[in-house]
Amino acid sequence: MRVELENIHKHYGSVRANDGVDLSVQGGEIHGILGENGAGKSTLMKVLSGYIRKTAGTITVDGRQVEFRSPGKASECGIGMLYQDPLDFLNLSVLDNFMLGQVSGLKNEREYYRRKLLPLSTHFNFNLDPNSPVSRLTIGERQQLEILRLLSIGIKVLILDEPTTGISEIQKQTLFAALKQLAREGKSVLLISHKLEDTQVLCNRVTVLRRGKVTGHMEAPFDTRQLLDQMFDQLPTPPSRLKASPGDTILSMSDVVSTGGRTGLQKCNILVRKGEVVGLAGLEGSGQGVFLRVASGMSRPKSGIVEVDGRSMIGKSHREFKDAGVTFVPTSRLEEGLVPGLDITEHFALNARKTRFFVRWSNALSAAKEKIEMFRISGRPRSPVQSLSGGNQQRLLLSFLPEAPRLLLLENPTRGLDVESAHWVWRHLQTYTARNTSIVFSSAELDEIVMVADRILVFFDGKIVKDVRAEDTDSRELGRAIAGEI
Amino acid sequence: MTMAQITSPGPAQLLKFVREFGLTLTVVVLFTTLVLLIAGAPPLDAYFYILKGSLGSWVKISHVLKTWVPLTLCGAGLLYTFRIGLWNIGIEGQVMMGAVFATLTLRLGLNSQWPMWFLGLSFAAAALGGGLWALIAGFLKTKGGVNEIFAGLGMNFVAQGLILWLIFGPWKRPGVASMSGTEIFPQSLWLPYISSLRLSPAAIALAVTAVLITAVMLRYSRIGLCLKAIGGNSQACVLYGLTPTHFMLLAMMFAGGFAGIAGCLQVSGVYHRLLPAISSNYGYLALLVVMLSNYNVWVVPFVAFFFACLNVGSIQLPMMLQLDSSLAGVIQGALVLATLAVSAWRGRRAKIFEAQTQEAVAK
Repeated sequence: MRVELENIHKHYGSVRANDGVDLSVQGGEIHGILGENGAGKSTLMKVLSGYIRKTAGTITVDGRQVEFRSPGKASECGIGMLYQDPLDFLNLSVLDNFMLGQVSGLKNEREYYRRKLLPLSTHFNFNLDPNSPVSRLTIGERQQLEILRLLSIGIKVLILDEPTTGISEIQKQTLFAALKQLAREGKSVLLISHKLEDTQVLCNRVTVLRRGKVTGHMEAPFDTRQLLDQMFDQLPTPPSRLKASPGDTILSMSDVVSTGGRTGLQKCNILVRKGEVVGLAGLEGSGQGVFLRVASGMSRPKSGIVEVDGRSMIGKSHREFKDAGVTFVPTSRLEEGLVPGLDITEHFALNARKTRFFVRWSNALSAAKEKIEMFRISGRPRSPVQSLSGGNQQRLLLSFLPEAPRLLLLENPTRGLDVESAHWVWRHLQTYTARNTSIVFSSAELDEIVMVADRILVFFDGKIVKDVRAEDTDSRELGRAIAGEI
Repeated sequence: MTMAQITSPGPAQLLKFVREFGLTLTVVVLFTTLVLLIAGAPPLDAYFYILKGSLGSWVKISHVLKTWVPLTLCGAGLLYTFRIGLWNIGIEGQVMMGAVFATLTLRLGLNSQWPMWFLGLSFAAAALGGGLWALIAGFLKTKGGVNEIFAGLGMNFVAQGLILWLIFGPWKRPGVASMSGTEIFPQSLWLPYISSLRLSPAAIALAVTAVLITAVMLRYSRIGLCLKAIGGNSQACVLYGLTPTHFMLLAMMFAGGFAGIAGCLQVSGVYHRLLPAISSNYGYLALLVVMLSNYNVWVVPFVAFFFACLNVGSIQLPMMLQLDSSLAGVIQGALVLATLAVSAWRGRRAKIFEAQTQEAVAK
């Protein structure tokens, strides 16, 4: 089967997630789609699988133009996608999940499907127990189940979104063997990845995307250097910054292991010094979020030692971290940071440092007025926070920061902000470093990290794979680390 | 109408509430009239008898007030739990446990020289009993992950069983144990009342105080603010250094405490003994009252009064029209359903309006 994408556009308002992408895939080919965060890889594949609808462009399957209104329509044409988080039903058994979408009517066909599932499973060397509930499977096994289900409904073009994140090495080998087997059988595999290693082992061809556009096609064997150039923008060398005098350690982690997210955090050893600005780079969900939550006491590590200012913080609550001068600002503002339904003044009342039985509403109101002025928040003291724009919500969250925190942990502090707001945020945050506050922040934008951080940690699969001073590295080196090439 | 979005009442909101209440009432009257017509009863007569039976004389009004007091107390208590997003359906059992603890205290004071002391003490004991009963449901929720609705419902059955056991077992009347309850207390252990109306001013005063305290707590205290914040987004509240589970337990204690006092009044102010049906479903009814009041503390007493009128007035129906008195229940249920429908419709309209304005702005 031959699939061609021509001039695909997907626009969200003024954002062009895909901006005229061309791609063609032959039967029997394993085709890698490479790119960094937000390059438009997932968008493109979701367009192909019918999950989202394109703004413009044409898709042809075996020379026939098709229009996918839903994932069901795409799978009728033989195109199916394995999403980053498998879309299965945790309470049902493996067999039930396998049968979903295949059976209709009242006839009991369990035995038929059991006989169908087992040989298929053995064929790819998967080890799945049909009776086991899916909730007991690992992510890797859930992927295997979903692959079998897709094949069973007649998928000829299989799309996988970052399949090797969070699965074991053995599962990865099994998966790769299965994908090669599929290619030998004449099916096509499309592999979204940011890991160069995976693509090198697996793919015959790759297409590189950057900012919604194709920046290159390449046939195996690949020239890593050239691929990296195509994946990442060339950044101007960052302006030399004032060298922060290396102060004492404020945060230290040794051998910290934690679960959470898809990768968890594995054997994390790190020191953060006073007045330092540390940027956390890496593909999203590679452990940065877990790191920030462990460092702020929002979640407790399975093992290892976390110290703030030389004091062990194991088993301490977020409140105690807060008392020790650690402040965490999460990425999802309305979900984790603000309380929808409460207005700005109520938030300041909630945040008041001295608490009494009765709320000092007049104090809260004047604090709200003062901060609205100071942080240029477009809103009134009585505006409910959910009515504020994203940028104003972020300013509001920043206005809650204490006068002199010792350690600020910020998760994607400028996500969703326009350039001007983002600059404003950083100008404001730099006033804290001037007062010797340490800042650790994560960001999906590599250029942002290179621009403002003194030191950069790169996360890959739950591990810190690189720890460098910003002036000693460049975007290419960081790009390699993000892609797992150290 | 989500509980998180409760805002302080302003004049504009009150006006909106009155308007919506009017609309709801029209829907309910139409529905009830239909039910009455199907039952073959003259609707106007039925409404007239309900009105006459509830507000027709001072004695009847005093009956209504006797129902109003526990409804208002429970309503005030439920405002705390609704504010933090908990459905304290166990309030019925909390009323019962208040009654049990009050009866226990009064029994201890049976031959005492200072009956008034025991009468006073019975309120504290009842608040404690209701509060502890609520706390059990609270712990099941916060520690055991049991939904508070199921925990509360289960605890209601346990409380009811406990009352029956007490009435037929340890506290049975000398000689006969019967559904009519325990031995009536001597008058020295009755809450003082106005003899012509058999109405105790202390009970009214307690209900009014409960409303005032709740209004002040929710509006001006830090606890009230924290309850509202946790009800809105418990995850974010951790960032503000709050522990949501602590506040959940606190809210349950408040609700249980007020419900317990309502139970105590049923014993010491109304029946002067423990009955199997001592709670009279006032807890469940109070849930409806609070929902119908749109979780507004100032509206609760009025809706509670309206519900009390329906309850008392419908007692006339079997006598005058050979209708079952459950009509009151039909009207109350229809009211709540209509309210929910009207508010859902309002919510959808607001969303559509929002979407349209956003589109207009985008253009």
